[in-house]
Amino acid sequence: MLLDVLTGFIEELRSAGVPVSMVEAIDATEALRYTDLGDRAAFRSTLEATLVKNVRHLEAFGTAFDVYFAHHRPEPNATDGNGSSRKTEPVSGEGGRSGTGGEGDLDELLEALFQALLSEDLAGMRALVRQAVDDYAGIEPGRPVGGTYYLYRTLRRLGVDGLLERLLEAEDGQGRSALEDRLVRDEFEERIEQLREEIRDEIRRRLVADRGREAVAKTLRKPLLEDVDLMHAARADLAQLEQVINPLARKLAARLAHKRRLRRSGRLDFRRTMRRSLSTGGVPIDPQFRAPHPIKPEIFLLCDISGSMATFARFTLQFMYAMSSQFSKVRSFAFIDALDEITPYLGVGTDFPHALDRISTEAEVVWIDGHSDYGRSLDQFWTRFGGQLTRRSTVIITGDARNNYRDVNSTIVPQLVEVSRAVYWLNPEPEAYWDTGDSVMSAYGRHCTGAYEVRNLRQLEAFVEQIALPPIGRVARPVPHEPGPGRFWKR
Amino acid sequence: MISFAEPGEVKTALEEAKYLADDRIAQVVFLAERLGKPVLIEGPAGVGKTELAKALAVVHQRRLIRLQCYEGLDESKALYEWNYKKQLLRIQADQGSDWSQLEEDIFSEDYLLTRPLLEAIATEEPVVLLIDEIDRVEVETEALLLEVLSEFQVSIPELGTVQATSQPLVLLTSNNTRELSEALKRRCLFLHIGYPTVDREKQILLARVEGVTEHLAEQVARIVRSVRSFDLKKAPSVSESIDWARTLITLGVAEVEAADVTDTLHVLLKYQTDIERVAKELEI
Repeated sequence: MLLDVLTGFIEELRSAGVPVSMVEAIDATEALRYTDLGDRAAFRSTLEATLVKNVRHLEAFGTAFDVYFAHHRPEPNATDGNGSSRKTEPVSGEGGRSGTGGEGDLDELLEALFQALLSEDLAGMRALVRQAVDDYAGIEPGRPVGGTYYLYRTLRRLGVDGLLERLLEAEDGQGRSALEDRLVRDEFEERIEQLREEIRDEIRRRLVADRGREAVAKTLRKPLLEDVDLMHAARADLAQLEQVINPLARKLAARLAHKRRLRRSGRLDFRRTMRRSLSTGGVPIDPQFRAPHPIKPEIFLLCDISGSMATFARFTLQFMYAMSSQFSKVRSFAFIDALDEITPYLGVGTDFPHALDRISTEAEVVWIDGHSDYGRSLDQFWTRFGGQLTRRSTVIITGDARNNYRDVNSTIVPQLVEVSRAVYWLNPEPEAYWDTGDSVMSAYGRHCTGAYEVRNLRQLEAFVEQIALPPIGRVARPVPHEPGPGRFWKR
Repeated sequence: MISFAEPGEVKTALEEAKYLADDRIAQVVFLAERLGKPVLIEGPAGVGKTELAKALAVVHQRRLIRLQCYEGLDESKALYEWNYKKQLLRIQADQGSDWSQLEEDIFSEDYLLTRPLLEAIATEEPVVLLIDEIDRVEVETEALLLEVLSEFQVSIPELGTVQATSQPLVLLTSNNTRELSEALKRRCLFLHIGYPTVDREKQILLARVEGVTEHLAEQVARIVRSVRSFDLKKAPSVSESIDWARTLITLGVAEVEAADVTDTLHVLLKYQTDIERVAKELEI
């Protein structure tokens, strides 16, 4: 029985993107022999230790675990068939309750909840959460949802923000310093967060009872953070991306620095080799090489920051700046239908979301109507900054190349390629959509040193790794007068 | 050696060694001993990864053998090395004797310099082996560890395979600066240690800091929790909160006021921008 559930669980982990090998599955089964199966926390620790081997997968594991091994807590009152009646009751209950005398109940519930939170009474809180979900979530059986809406509905009815204020007032604030105030607030915020999680778990439990584990797990399955589509990321995902982007960049920087050091430049140091050879009777047995002297590229980053591209531009900028130790210089430019340099607004410690808001109001990126005009923007870049490009400059352009049917001005890109080390284009759209509608991707892309689909962090990381550590020697550039159409598609 | 019957005992024993484990840590350590598998511990710097190994050594009254990893670590530093000088002396002293006899002699255990990994499995009494900051070695070097970690043996071409006479308890720590290879991960149990809850941190402070009062420990733990919730370059770790509590005691602070925090924030935080940010957020 347990084994069946376990295989199902492992299957679910794999579908959620957590790689679980055969050996690990066997280990888990073996480890369970030494685990007290009555202890849910111990059971969870065992599975976590044997099946998950990466911090980034812990969240996916947590969700799957909650769904597959929802706890069946003893009901405080009556267990006789109550479970089955519960499932259907709220449907009929919801309509009536919200309209009629539900208010008295709500007040009572809130008061009890308030007391439970104040005294940190976990068991009491759980009982109340069950009650609240019964009464206010309005769960409709059979609907293929993940429960976010039910959670929202319950929280709104309970007025959680109001609870926080009340808790703060209740804790006697007399003569407290600002510091104490802050600490008390953090404490209560944590308890409220706990309440939120309890409600979420309770709702998931109901959903699992209603539709079965596989179905609920499938609805809840989320792409791993590095696979989240940057262009269409939800707000919650954005916050999480925000948190991982700096560590990720740091990791990459460490890896690159390491690789740099390991790399031999391959150039023979003749003098030292001859010197060495004296000890072997003039036979150069041990060739000496010059210390590698890697060229750090200088980055010119051109970002389309019009509505749909803003998020993508922000993460690209943020990532590049977090990596800036790997480049000799990073200069950034923003454009919509006009282009302006935005380097002064940005730096390593910048608060990026805030900085981009400032840029879109203060920098001169809008000319007429605020719809992307790539042709004009590139032309401006070429006239104003083209002279500053050298063989060490790498130009990176980000955007979907949707030009709103304006003049393409495709002669600029070859000119950029001519004077700089390399020109790359990052497009956050799936490659299949390129050149559809008003996208003029190939008009630019075919001249670039490379054009890449960059839809998520994983792809962004791979791209940055490649340009920060270019192959030894010069980057092959297209022959100026023969833009060879096949070349750019072959990557 | 003591063998534990259940995770709860691990926890109590660790507590006696002044290491406050939570249930998860106890469970994983318990499993590691039962299954004879190494534990790979990940987490931010200073949350007590290395301390866990030390505490386990105390608990089992075993010797702790530590292999500190660094870039460029190789076989001769991690596994074993032949004692060339001694071999050379032997050859010179024995001139004129039969070569095959001599060869057998100089490639014997007398001429072997054991390094941490070999030592850990070749000793009579079991040990705790700590492989610290495994993420610092190159991917290729990781392969050196695989044989030791899964078979508990080391192959020496001239000598044959050295089997473990006793099974060491192996702990690996990683600061997660790079992905470890799949092969290595597969052989280990995984334990992620994050920042502790306020209660546990308070207990840790009480156990670790001499002369700390319950009240002060609680205050420190709560302030540190708030500080961690800000977006910092380097959030304070348990080791920093211990340092901070010690500083406060040295300064004779019994009740933490805003001014004390401002004066001693540099113990908790390592970057000037972080210090400024926290000062602003806490309104001190």
